[in-house]
Amino acid sequence: MSSSNSVEGSYSKRCAACKHLRRRCAEDCVLAPYFPATHPERFECVHKIFGAGNVARMLKAIPVQERAQAADSLSAEAYWRVQDPVYGSTGIVIQTNQEISSTQCELAKIRAQISMYEAQMATEQQPPPPGLPQQQGSLGSQENMPMFEPNDPFNFLN
Amino acid sequence: MGGNTPCASCKLLRRRCAKECIFAPYFPPEDPHKFAIVHKVFGASNVSKMLQDLPVHQRADAVSSLVYEANARMRDPVYGCVGAISYLQHQVSQLQMQLAVAQAEILCFQMQQQDSSSPSMAQKECSHKSSL
Repeated sequence: MSSSNSVEGSYSKRCAACKHLRRRCAEDCVLAPYFPATHPERFECVHKIFGAGNVARMLKAIPVQERAQAADSLSAEAYWRVQDPVYGSTGIVIQTNQEISSTQCELAKIRAQISMYEAQMATEQQPPPPGLPQQQGSLGSQENMPMFEPNDPFNFLN
Repeated sequence: MGGNTPCASCKLLRRRCAKECIFAPYFPPEDPHKFAIVHKVFGASNVSKMLQDLPVHQRADAVSSLVYEANARMRDPVYGCVGAISYLQHQVSQLQMQLAVAQAEILCFQMQQQDSSSPSMAQKECSHKSSL
């Protein structure tokens, strides 16, 4: 039984996907550039959550120059889903939204304190003449802060 | 699902909807799009395995999160949900920077109040910090 070195050679160059699926890795394998044999766990994760067929189909539908980012984002989502089978990457969305809400609250409190200090300083330094409005201080940071509306898919924040 | 009405998944997959169909509680026939999108991104058999591995009381939330991620992936085939996370984390960074600036201003005011005996020095520090 003679084994062809070229066949063995091509088998040893199989990508992680084709190795896992025990098939020949074609020259134009769509998964090969993004799931190298050196990182089998990356493909196993993605295959477990999305399925090899779905991943291949999704990558084929994307322009070649964007496939690497797509493969990375699919791997990240699959990894998060394996870590958290209930919420997956949505859990990170919820967590980050909560962080935004609490930071906005803290910022609003501190800005209210700043306004109080400014009002106090204005009163101490320049008492307004009767009948005229108080002058506003200029130290508060008044740049437009986009009040981000948290995207709360499951209404967990209420 | 009771009676003869198959759930959305069994309708799409063209199979008999069994009494113990794992999809039926979460994919009612009135909302076929919900299952269609999850099936397109994850595949029915993967979703079934994921749900089977979870206790019953967690399956509804799991389905909701899968639907959310599938929708995100359909809207943005390259980045999916990860795109939304990057955007949100950028918002967090911006807010934290604004918070740091505001906290520095508060410290300035507090120093001014404490250092009422040498107001000129406190005012100089305050204007320096505001220019950061």
